[in-house]
Amino acid sequence: MPSRLVLMVLSLLLAGCGEPPWNNPYPEEDAASKTLYSSFADRPKHLDPARSYSSDEYAFLAQIYEPPLQYHFLLRPFQLVPLTALEVPQPAYFDADGNPLPEDAPAEVIHRSDYLIEIQPGIQYQPHPAFARDEAGLDRYLSLTPRDVRGINRLGDFAFTGTRELTAEDYVHQIKRLAAPWTHSPISGLMQKHLLGFEELVDQFSEQDPGDPLGRVQLLRDARFEGGEVLDRYRYRVSVKGKYPQFSYWLAMPFFAPMPWEAEAFYAQPGLRERNIMLDWYPVGTGPFMLGENNPNLRMVLERNPHFRGEPYPDHGMPEDEADGLLADAGQPMPFVERAIYSLEKESIPRWNKFLQGYYDSSGISSDAFDQAVQIDAGGEPVLTESMQERDITLLTSVEPSIFYMGFNMLDPVVGGESERARLLRRAISIAVDFEEFISIFTNGRGLVAQGPIPPSIFGHREGEAGINPYVYTWAGGRAVRRGLEEARLLMEQAGYPGGRDRDTGRSLSINYEAIATGPDDRARLNWMRKQFAKLGIELVIRSTDYNRFQEKMRNGTGQLFMWGWNADYPDPENFLFLLYGPNGKVEHQGENAANYANPEFDRLFNQMRFMDDGPERQAVIDRMVEIARTDAPWLWGFNPKSFSLHHQWMFNAKPNQMANNTLKYRRIDPELRRELREAWNPPVLWPLWILAGLLILVLLPALWLVWRRARSTAL
Amino acid sequence: MTAYIIRRMLYAIPILIGVNLITFVLFFVVNSPDDMARMHLGEKRVTPEAIETWKQEHGYAMPLLYNPDAVGIGRLTETIFFEKSIRLFAFNFGSSDNGRDIGYDISQRMWPSLAIAIPVLLVGLAFNISYALFIVFFRATYVDFSSVVLLVAMMSISGLFYIIGGQFLLSKLFHLVPISGYDTGIEALKFLILPVIVGVIGGIGAGTRWYRTLFLEEISKDYVRTARAKGLSERRVLFRHILQNALIPILTGVVVVLPLLFMGSLITESFFGIPGLGSYTIDAINSQDFAIVRSMVYLGAVLYIVGLILTDISYTLVDPRVRLQ
Repeated sequence: MPSRLVLMVLSLLLAGCGEPPWNNPYPEEDAASKTLYSSFADRPKHLDPARSYSSDEYAFLAQIYEPPLQYHFLLRPFQLVPLTALEVPQPAYFDADGNPLPEDAPAEVIHRSDYLIEIQPGIQYQPHPAFARDEAGLDRYLSLTPRDVRGINRLGDFAFTGTRELTAEDYVHQIKRLAAPWTHSPISGLMQKHLLGFEELVDQFSEQDPGDPLGRVQLLRDARFEGGEVLDRYRYRVSVKGKYPQFSYWLAMPFFAPMPWEAEAFYAQPGLRERNIMLDWYPVGTGPFMLGENNPNLRMVLERNPHFRGEPYPDHGMPEDEADGLLADAGQPMPFVERAIYSLEKESIPRWNKFLQGYYDSSGISSDAFDQAVQIDAGGEPVLTESMQERDITLLTSVEPSIFYMGFNMLDPVVGGESERARLLRRAISIAVDFEEFISIFTNGRGLVAQGPIPPSIFGHREGEAGINPYVYTWAGGRAVRRGLEEARLLMEQAGYPGGRDRDTGRSLSINYEAIATGPDDRARLNWMRKQFAKLGIELVIRSTDYNRFQEKMRNGTGQLFMWGWNADYPDPENFLFLLYGPNGKVEHQGENAANYANPEFDRLFNQMRFMDDGPERQAVIDRMVEIARTDAPWLWGFNPKSFSLHHQWMFNAKPNQMANNTLKYRRIDPELRRELREAWNPPVLWPLWILAGLLILVLLPALWLVWRRARSTAL
Repeated sequence: MTAYIIRRMLYAIPILIGVNLITFVLFFVVNSPDDMARMHLGEKRVTPEAIETWKQEHGYAMPLLYNPDAVGIGRLTETIFFEKSIRLFAFNFGSSDNGRDIGYDISQRMWPSLAIAIPVLLVGLAFNISYALFIVFFRATYVDFSSVVLLVAMMSISGLFYIIGGQFLLSKLFHLVPISGYDTGIEALKFLILPVIVGVIGGIGAGTRWYRTLFLEEISKDYVRTARAKGLSERRVLFRHILQNALIPILTGVVVVLPLLFMGSLITESFFGIPGLGSYTIDAINSQDFAIVRSMVYLGAVLYIVGLILTDISYTLVDPRVRLQ
């Protein structure tokens, strides 16, 4: 019996191993399929487009849901192009009496901006039970009873699916969902400021909330509001308060993707939520992919939507794209891959090794693996190491439209405020904290020192000498050179802190730094930070805390100095300059201006700039705003992170696009080449097992001999 | 014995209330309901109204432990603690803060945890006992001495080292097994080999040393001398007499951990990408999902108590002299 058991276990193990490569984590039959393999580190929390507001979630959502607009995959600067819309809508302006206004009408007379969006006819939703109909043409699953859902544990357990055409009503329905308090949309508050009638809609939903999910769906369907109007089957109008040019960018985000009422009604039925069948878990879209498996603890699988219309690959791009092979598929219907499997990898070591073994098609580079992958050449440019080059791996880099900054709390009596003393102190610190060194030590050189609030690739950012922050840098030898410490010390003296000591009180100056530091890895960074301030004789007191307490301090304005970051929602300078806009202050207005900076002139210019179209006039206003901010120095401008990604030779059409999230459809792979290389890179090495077995025998034989001898020995 | 078990179960009630209370206090010392709302609503553009709505909808708008605005017993019952805790005693874990049914998730995720924990326990037990008997057989020889040195060294090495070393050797260098991942059915086997090997090797140091100590203690007893005097072979003495009599402490150690096998391992599951209950708990802590955290702590406490009761029962099975009253 035991031998039978051993045989059984051995045969199971052999069956598990299969054909080489044995370390292949995927089924052998998938080796030649057009499947893209990638990983994710943080499980998505929400897959409801009204709730989701995180890049981790957009990696999946953007492949499934289709808002009316998208970003051009290849063109830079980022440019909006139609996705389901026939064209990018141009706003029509109206005064308070409803009279049309010209395009160049001043913002203050514009009462309303209308965006008329016409979608392409014939777009179909992915197969879904919510659309299933019976032989009589009636909805099959929209009036389920508890008995019907017995035995149903996954969406796939429903035997029938159906589809229907995308209509303008679906888009308006989704906008109404943003207003529903029970949806918990993070942009509900923002849209109340911008969409006509939205605030009233929120109030209406709050007052009339029936409580039960089905009643809520009906309330949403019946609601009418001024800001979102269905004109006909394919056209709808969104009305914005006043002028808000940035609204077009919101139309490229999943918040404004369509939501069929049937899907909401389907998921609202009793018994489904208890079985974890809900919209937040099983999305319903028109995009090139649909969620085939949602197991965020293991993997997420996107499968090709059989009803996808076959959007053509872009036929034009930047001049260098042709040479880079990025136009080889011009005009071809997308998507090119049949499936994409994203595996959960919480730890960087297995993730990196799987990429090297060919089991992930592309990868980021963790700090641990950076030296293995990249080296900096004599010109300071990152190049791949020899081992990467041998495998024909491609390195793509791009500066992200993000900023990590160090902010002063402008409400603080020492470092904040409008006094010249505090301003000089902030400027002195701006010089002393060497962010070039920070980037080199703590980000492996993956970043650019920021000269102001606007990152590269966003309109308003200036390159070269015109773009440097003159309070911190000088221009010499064709590059920005950080001012010397002597200048910083002089500023300290002018501020009344000679040698870091308060001239009035004689006490040494100490500043509290609110740090989010929870692990030993943070110690080096904090020590470095201390040293930067010590250059000026300032004692930096580190107040380490967790993120919750940190946020609390920011909300209460009890911190002095902190480090935070911002990722662009859309590629417009307004999305960065609003971080310094007074009425957006965190303490007083619960906004995103964590420094609580307020400068009347800056605020006035902000209100002017936000309504302007890109052009020289807008650039001039932005220049003035940036100059004010640099003078006041509420932030140490920190750095703009640079993303590095590696791609195997069998993957094509990879171009960094930090604004577009729906890039999976552009990817093409050569599965045959991948299979060959995986086999070549991962041959099973068996000799160590034989050596191990030999060693065991060597150890056991003398022991067995000893046992045998003892058993035969006599007492005397 | 029935009366004993009932009494032990009744003793468990105040323990579970205490565990629940401590979990509650510790959790809310670090996270306020507002923090939880922020975590679930996202970091950008969250308004105070949205936070309030989230708290209302998820039952976090009440006071934590004492409601001064309520009347009578309501001062204690109309609180987050009471509302969130009372259903636990009926093993109704409710929904997580993102709406998923916790009971269902636990039922799904305990299997991957068990798929690793059971083989590690059984193989580890068999290996460690065999190795300990082997050492005892060669006690006071170079085999014993060198084995103890080896075992102490193995005990001193961090579990993380075994994991990373195992991944490096078996997957990266020798390409024998996948470095991480999991699957269902027979495909799961190739993913289990490495974590099981690592788990067994990681436990050899402490396990074998402990068993060696137990066996050495037994070997010096009178009945062993008697057995030898009877002319029994050393093999027979070891396996028929010493092993059987050392079973009580072995059982104590094994039976008490049996129920806890469900709970999984935080580090192993994280490094090998196993979707078990260990990673479920750690994810919940990271996402400030109190509903899951309290459920898992409660479940852990219940299983531990069950383990202790089972241990007591198992004493009576292996040692007829023990009676539970």
